[in-house]
Amino acid sequence: MSEFAVERQIDRSQMEVSDKVAVQITHMNKWYGTFHVLRDINLSVNEGERIVIAGPSGSGKSTLIRCINRLEEHQSGEIIVDGTELSSDLKNIDKIRSEVGMVFQHFNLFPHLTILENCTLAPIWVRKIPRKEAEETAMHFLEKVKIPEQALKYPGQLSGGQQQRVAIARSLCMMPRIMLFDEPTSALDPEMIKEVLETMIQLAEEGMTMLCVTHEMGFAKQVANRVIFMDQGQIVEQNEPNEFFNNPQHERTKLFLSQILGH
Amino acid sequence: MVDIHFVRKSMIEEQEPPVATTGVAGWIRENLFSSPLNAVLSILSLAFIFYVLSALLPWIISPTWAATSLGECREILAGHEGACWGVIRERWLQLLFGFYPRELYWRVVLDFALLIVAVAPVLFTGLPRKMLVFSAIYPFLMPWLLWGGSVWNPIAAALGFVLGYYAHKLAKPTLGSLAAVILAFVIPIIWWAFLSGPVVDALASVLPLITLEGVESRNFGGFMLSITIGVVAIAISLPIGIVLALGRQSNLFIVRSLSVGFIEFIRGVPLITLLFVASTLLNIFMPPGTDFDIILRVIIMVTLFASAYMAEVVRGGLAALPKGQYEAADALGLDFWMAQRLIIMPQALKISIPGIVSTFIGVFKDTTLVSIIGLLDPIGLSTSIRADQAWNGVVWELYGFIALMFFIFCFSMSRYSMFLERKLQTGHR
Repeated sequence: MSEFAVERQIDRSQMEVSDKVAVQITHMNKWYGTFHVLRDINLSVNEGERIVIAGPSGSGKSTLIRCINRLEEHQSGEIIVDGTELSSDLKNIDKIRSEVGMVFQHFNLFPHLTILENCTLAPIWVRKIPRKEAEETAMHFLEKVKIPEQALKYPGQLSGGQQQRVAIARSLCMMPRIMLFDEPTSALDPEMIKEVLETMIQLAEEGMTMLCVTHEMGFAKQVANRVIFMDQGQIVEQNEPNEFFNNPQHERTKLFLSQILGH
Repeated sequence: MVDIHFVRKSMIEEQEPPVATTGVAGWIRENLFSSPLNAVLSILSLAFIFYVLSALLPWIISPTWAATSLGECREILAGHEGACWGVIRERWLQLLFGFYPRELYWRVVLDFALLIVAVAPVLFTGLPRKMLVFSAIYPFLMPWLLWGGSVWNPIAAALGFVLGYYAHKLAKPTLGSLAAVILAFVIPIIWWAFLSGPVVDALASVLPLITLEGVESRNFGGFMLSITIGVVAIAISLPIGIVLALGRQSNLFIVRSLSVGFIEFIRGVPLITLLFVASTLLNIFMPPGTDFDIILRVIIMVTLFASAYMAEVVRGGLAALPKGQYEAADALGLDFWMAQRLIIMPQALKISIPGIVSTFIGVFKDTTLVSIIGLLDPIGLSTSIRADQAWNGVVWELYGFIALMFFIFCFSMSRYSMFLERKLQTGHR
């Protein structure tokens, strides 16, 4: 695995962590049936933070970020996103979902719609933005992820990396305040990972609040301001990237790092 | 040492492929005689087709068009084998319209011509979207043209839907969405069941605008009856089937149990049984004196039957969708109905097109079963035509004609579904 995600210098001028809280999770627990997947999670994310969540598979990291936009339901504790508490109230859930963007491992683009329609669907139907305006916004973000020329194609005609960049653009069209990434590069070929990471780094440079579940440790080193290590459904260690990689404290963290970095 | 050095001196021009691989000769070679086994099978099949046609064609090409009875046919044929087409010439109108009054045939013809106009914008998205307004009006126009009566009847029926819409719209802010939905169902039902009848009578006596001559259901028959039952059942079974399929997947226990119970019960019972219930049993449960139209009863039963099958076909499409599609829709903040309408159903229905059209074709052909409860669909009519002294004994000609008509309808549906599948193709997923 390469040391860094991209070779260029990261522009840190807009990467500011504000002291306003974006996501506040307190004493959150979740079970799948009788299996205790998330155990007493406490996590506070400030606006502008770029957090990488790492950990072995089955450690509950995906489940954690999926709880933040209620793709998974937590059974106890409290999750407050942007001042709204996640409860079974459907209004709150829809409000939070329209403010939190999510990028999936398998892109999950809508195969029956063109790239442009994929990007304009939610703004038109959820935000009630006029079609013309929504299309302009969509083209703006498609240019940003560098595929405006594919706007009228269908997802099935694009490569994996292009599809994932469309998925990012689709989320951005909703003007989210927080972006969640659930292993965005795990299903991609190595040369495509780079183009997706580049897009994510651009986003970080603009000051987006990001929570990323990823195995790209280069990305974590270059962009994250905090790395969280999870194992067996709990947060085992969190630290700023330098300390996390060079001076891990917990035994499990050391073991994990030696497995993915040391060869 | 091998000499690997090579430089082309002149470039080769593009050349025609060998004759044996292109054109007619190429096609025959490729498709009929590509291997010895294939060649043997081809020759056997061609021989079989020749044998069947040589027996069938002379029978079909038979100069009996003008005959007015089976006896006359036999005289014309003078001992040769041949069809007796006189029966079709004399009775084809009856096979199409049943005992519908001859001077009112225009209403049926107009009705089905308008059906084409109403269905066209639904089937072909290239047509102007404004035509859909007529598609919405047509369901009220159709029964009025067929059965006749006061023009206030279809207007009153449509008014029920308008009342339901406004009940929902007005009740939602004050009473909440659940109460609004219940009111949107209850108010129209009260209107149709108790109020619309007297109101229509009153209006018709005060303002007798256009009143078409009434035609009774027992005069309906032939293909007109099959098409009426088939089209209504097809059109209504798809939405009911979608709702049932969603109900079956619902998290709400009661909704799910009711859907499963309905689907399994209807699928577990033969259509004939349901039709007998419609024709005999249902009247026992009705208050004495109510005249619940037999065709309406049959349509309801056929629709319910088709809906149960449709639900399972749609469920198959839903099951084929990856979970990620639901999650992506949720993550973008689409609510349940938006996600269903914009993301889930367009894909699920597209996957289910072959199954849906199979069910449609099945329903249309099943309409012939109504002959068993005494309705005069084409099969029922063929029996009554044979009861005529002149045509007693004519079997193949009638059934052949009926089969041909059914084939035309079913084959068109099949071709349309293939057109639709090609049109909705958006590249590999």
